[in-house]
Amino acid sequence: MKTSGTTDPVETATKPDGIVQARGISKTYDGGIQALEGIDLGFPKGELTTLLGPSGCGKTTLLKIIAGLLEPSAGTIIVNGRAVTGPGPERAFVFQDFALMPWASVLRNVAFGLELRGVPRHERHVIARSHIAKVGLAGFEERYPHELSGGMRQRVGLARALAVDAEVLLMDEPFSAVDEQTRRKFQEDLLHLIQSENKTFIFVTHSIEEAVYVSDQVVLLTPRPGAVSRVIRTGLDHGGSPEELRRNKRYLDMVEEIWQMLRGYLV
Amino acid sequence: MRAFGRDIPIMFALVFWALAWEIVGRAELVFLVPPFTHVLAALAEMVQTGKFQDATLLTFESFALGMGLALLLGIPLGVLMGRVEAAEKLLGTWVNVFVSAPLTALVPVIMILFGLGQTTIVVTVMLFAVWIIVLDTQAGIKHVNPSLLEMARSFGASRLDLYARILLLAALPEILAGVRLGIIRAVKGVVIGQLLVSIIGYGELFELYSRNFLMEQFWALTILLFAFAMLAAELVGWAERKVEFYAGARG
Repeated sequence: MKTSGTTDPVETATKPDGIVQARGISKTYDGGIQALEGIDLGFPKGELTTLLGPSGCGKTTLLKIIAGLLEPSAGTIIVNGRAVTGPGPERAFVFQDFALMPWASVLRNVAFGLELRGVPRHERHVIARSHIAKVGLAGFEERYPHELSGGMRQRVGLARALAVDAEVLLMDEPFSAVDEQTRRKFQEDLLHLIQSENKTFIFVTHSIEEAVYVSDQVVLLTPRPGAVSRVIRTGLDHGGSPEELRRNKRYLDMVEEIWQMLRGYLV
Repeated sequence: MRAFGRDIPIMFALVFWALAWEIVGRAELVFLVPPFTHVLAALAEMVQTGKFQDATLLTFESFALGMGLALLLGIPLGVLMGRVEAAEKLLGTWVNVFVSAPLTALVPVIMILFGLGQTTIVVTVMLFAVWIIVLDTQAGIKHVNPSLLEMARSFGASRLDLYARILLLAALPEILAGVRLGIIRAVKGVVIGQLLVSIIGYGELFELYSRNFLMEQFWALTILLFAFAMLAAELVGWAERKVEFYAGARG
């Protein structure tokens, strides 16, 4: 592992504490491909942690293991002090390809998590409507996914995850399938959301700018098999205006620094 | 349809050929082709006879039973083959063989097994319709976006939820396509079965008409059957178009 010059925001120690903990997570797929090796990580409550790394470093695999959708070959995920054996109500997932049911209206899609939990129809629709409004889609309740743009579809996916009121939101490259302008707006909205929701976010992206812009903590993963290379505290004030943040020297330096670290992994 | 720069109504083709038929019939060119109006008259007369009504009832019953069986067997088998690789390996080849095989050849065997009665017709209808339903259902299930399944699981879906709320609905466009093609084949099955057994339902009527050269009645019955086949397929086609919007919208 290469360790170039480290500055103060970089901290290599990764004590596994926090609401979500990964302890010794390894994953080898059936074909013998090792995706992850010995991941020890802590995800602090109320913060946004980004998993960042080159394609194929297993960041999505790690996220799906945390979600309980994949089983690790070794190691345990602890959420709220309990070992994860499968999906659970304290975690909600936002999918890269939105994963909306094309036969269901926006309202039914957003209420789907509640529907599966047996929440009565009227009650779940009230909850769903409030979250649809929160993500800025009021008036689109009766529309169908194919009538919406990519950005709007992902807002539906986000509203669905918020509607079940999970403590931990797992987001798998949620903005990668939307255009650049929408993406920026989305990132800003995400920051507002973090401020107002007091949830723990775990976020996967391959965009360095996005990672630094939205995160309290950035985890750098090495290429296959994915292992923790660095954990970086951004120490940025996400409460300020987006314009300020994007021009912030610390933000720009950190993007450059991470790029220098990551470029070593590229051939 | 457009010709010479003008819109031509869809009914035009029907009217045109009915007219051509009438002219050929009136000219008495071919003994087999009586004028179309005579056929229509025979049709009006035929539908009022008790013999026709009994035959219709029997035919519909055989059709409905056979088709019902085909749905009951075909959809679960297709789902199984779409989800379980071992089932696909074990049955896939055979389903493909039966989908394209000339099943008429098997009807005599069915006759030996089930006798010269309605059971044989029902089994024939089922045998004609079931394979395409299996095949299309399997294709639909296999094409369900895996992230929809992950989504449902991540929100706590049970196994039953996965099937009832995701898999079957997501595969619905393909399943309906299979049902539509199955219905067209089932109509063939019911006619071929009855013709071969030839002592019940429309088979008996066809036998009666053609043996006695009652061509007007023969054509009347044929037109009726064709119309039914088209109508039934069109009905499912209509349901299909209702869900079409999401057949294309899947990743």
